[in-house]
Order: sequence, then structure tokens, then C-alpha cells
Amino acid sequence: MAGSPPAAPSSREPRTPAAPGALLSASDVARVVDRMAHQLIEKAGNRLADLVLVGIPTRGAPLARRLAARVEAFSGTAIDVGTVDITLYRDDLRLRGVRALEDTVLPGAGIDGRLVVLVDDVLFSGRSVRAALDALRDLGRPRAVQLAVLVDRGHRELPIRADYVGKNVPTARSQSVRVRLAEVDGVDEVRVTGPAEEEQP
Amino acid sequence: MKKHLLEAADLDRSDATLVLDTAAQIEAALTGREVKKLPTLRGRTVVNLFYEDSTRTRISFELAAKRLSADVINFSAKGSSVSKGESLKDTALTLEAMGSDAIVIRHGASGAPHQLASWVRGSVVNAGDGTHEHPTQALLDAYTIRARLGRLEGVRVAVVGDVLHSRVARSNVRLLHTLGAEVTLVAPPTLFPVGVGSWPAEVSYDLDAVLPKADVVMMLRVQAERMTASFFPSAREYSRRYGLDARRMAVLGDDAIVMHPGPMNRGMEIAADVADSVRSTIVEQVANGVSVRMAVLYLLLGGAPS
Repeated sequence: MAGSPPAAPSSREPRTPAAPGALLSASDVARVVDRMAHQLIEKAGNRLADLVLVGIPTRGAPLARRLAARVEAFSGTAIDVGTVDITLYRDDLRLRGVRALEDTVLPGAGIDGRLVVLVDDVLFSGRSVRAALDALRDLGRPRAVQLAVLVDRGHRELPIRADYVGKNVPTARSQSVRVRLAEVDGVDEVRVTGPAEEEQP
Repeated sequence: MKKHLLEAADLDRSDATLVLDTAAQIEAALTGREVKKLPTLRGRTVVNLFYEDSTRTRISFELAAKRLSADVINFSAKGSSVSKGESLKDTALTLEAMGSDAIVIRHGASGAPHQLASWVRGSVVNAGDGTHEHPTQALLDAYTIRARLGRLEGVRVAVVGDVLHSRVARSNVRLLHTLGAEVTLVAPPTLFPVGVGSWPAEVSYDLDAVLPKADVVMMLRVQAERMTASFFPSAREYSRRYGLDARRMAVLGDDAIVMHPGPMNRGMEIAADVADSVRSTIVEQVANGVSVRMAVLYLLLGGAPS
């Protein structure tokens, strides 16, 4: 990304230019995750130990683990991580074929009375987040729930917004945003593909 | 997955593994939760159509459907229009006209679920038909073995007892073979069906020779209600030659487990102290049954209507 400011001191990796067509390169993703970790620390204040990062599978789960590792590295406070599978809570099950389930894992201390931050890779319609909120309601009663996403691409269909956004990306509805993470895909990268003829949000 | 689950052969290896994995994830997702309910099948209707008596299977299916938020109608032949002579087909079409999405059927006639599947639009799940099959029992048995031993591939399973009348044995032989386990059937010669040689399983008449090598011993119930001829001289003799007692349990390997699909005849095919031992998975099997049936209902009904 030519023209962006120099790398922040907290960035671990040397700058790698984004591959042609890629919106974020591996080092961009690392920098964005570092910034979000700092924001989480800042906003949580002295209740950082209360924080639970809950990833939405597939890619929200490794993202939550990365964020927790960076928050720990910057603050020295150990952060609980979990995942919540939303498949059984989706509102579009009848529109598609049946899907395989993924893991739901909560920290031993649970989520009651704690600050839960849901973590996902892309925020689009907001329906995944709604399903995750429904799932959380069956799992316990957090003090508050917030949302962290790597990419916000717009086109919400529900009154949902993110508290922490890695990158806002205006897209056309016809486009698709592809987040790839090393844990799942072998490489860190964010791409926008498809024609952009539709008007921007 | 096929639309119906009528017999264990409806599941290939990847389908069967998908059911077991889904059940494991459902179990993990519900463990320790206060609200043991998922909204997945909200607005769907599941009919339990039971022409034969059942405690655990009917309750297990009812609980599984309710935990997925489906509406459940329990139909038992006793006290219904069946006693006025209504046929299976008319009963099924009546239930479907009222909007059922799936029918779970137990019937005394082998093949009744297959017939039913050709009449109705929704999914049909076989919950035991005559002496033919009981596929969800085989799935929960496979699930229990995998949970206890950590694997199914190469596991040596001895299925002992009334193989002739046992739908549990038929389904288990088929499914466990699909999943890579090695099954040995053990029974007196009179309690093997014709053509058992073509099943994907070994056959033995000698329980004591099989036990030391077995990782799993699955005891079958002696089905007195289906015994129309004398298959063995006396209950005592059967128990002595084919019953699992503490002495026989002692020759099992350290990690070997003892299973029974229930209901048990304590003192007949299984001794009370064996049934209550730490090797016994009988209570686990019941608990696992709910998770496995939730997985089956989810996989059959959770997606788009076909």
C-alpha cells in the first residue's frame, strides 16, 4: 500500500508489499491486529482481566487467538479466548444445504459478568453477528458484548456495528471480500474480488 | 447425506463420520450450559410414530427433537385409530397432511420404514423395524466406542447373543464395517440367521475364545417376545455359555469396554455386577443417543428442503 505512513514500532515483521490485487498484505494484517490489540487494552482500562475474546469460526477463531496474544504481549495480562459456532443459530439454514458444525469452546471461567468481544474476519450483513449474539445468550450473561472485525465491508442488513474495525473497505454488493489467515489458508492476506459496477455504500 | 435414514447402509464412511463429528460438536456445545436448547429446527415438526413399545428410543428422539426446538408429536399405536383398523399408509398421510416434516418410525414389520418413505414427502428415520435394522442405535454405539477408545479403525468388536432377532446387530455389523472396525458375531448356532456368512463379520460359537482379543463386547438382549421356537434348552444354559459374568469379564483386555443396547435382562445375558462395572458404557450409550439423534435430525432437516 504505497503512500501509507511508516510502520508502527510495534509491528513485528518487515514490510512486505501487498501482492497485486491484495488489499492487505501479511505485514498489513499484522499491523492492523497490533492496532486493534492496543485499542482493546485502551478501552478495557483496568478491567482487562475481565476480557474474553470469542472468535466466530472459521477465521474469527484464529483471529481471536492472535488478538489475545498481542494484548498479552503489550499489557502482560493473560487473556481468555473462546470460539462460538453459530451454525445452529443461523437464520439462513433453510436457504442452503446443511453445513458441518465447528467447535464451541469457552474459557473455564465462563462468560458470566465479563466483557465479551466477538471477533470475526469480515462484517457484512450482520447476520453472523446476530446469530453469535443469540448463541451467547444461551451460553451465559456477559456484562457487555462488543464486536471486533478485521474488515468492515458495509451493506448491513441489521442494526449492528463494530466497536473495533481493522479496516473499513467500501465495496459493491457484487464483490466478495476474501480474508486469508495463515492458520487456515497458509498465508495472511485480504483481497477484494469481483466487478465494482454497483454504487458504493 | 441421503434424505432418509432407513438402514446403516444408507451411510457411507464420510456420512457416518459426519454424523459422529456433528454429534460430538453438539455435545461439546451443550455441555455445562444452563439452556440445553438450540433454535435450529424451530418451526419444524417431527412425528414419533411408534407401533412397538419403546422407552429409551422414543424418549431419546423426543428429547433430541425438542433440544433442536422442533415441535414433536408422539404417536403410539395403542390408543390411536390403529386399533380401529387404520393402515400405516393412511396414518402416515394423515400425519403429513397436518404438516409433519419428518417421521421417526418404529414398527414390528421389517421394511415398514422403506414403505413409508415411498409414501411421504418428508424425511423418514428408522427407529427399529422388526428384525431388520436400527441405524441410530448403531450410530450411538459407534459414537460411544470412538469416545471411549479414541478410534474405530481396527477396533475388534464382539457382538454376542441373539443375532437372529437383533436389528441392533444387523445395523452395527454394517456400520462398524463401514467405519473400519472388525466385528465378530458370537451366538449359539440356532440364533444365527440364514446367510450370516455373507455379512462383513466373523462368526463364532465360542464366547470364551473370542473375549481375550476383543476391544469391545456388545451384549444383545435375549428377545423373549420374538422367541417363537426353542432356540436353546434353558435360560440357565444360555446364561452359562453366552452370558457375560464377572469371571468372563476378567479375561478382557485392560481398556476393553462392555456395551448393551438395553433393555437388559440382568442375570441372563449380562450379570448385574458386569452391567454396573466401570467397563460398562450402558448409561453413556443412553446419553450419547440424544446427541447422535440430534445430529441425525439436524443433518436431515437442517438444510434446504429438497
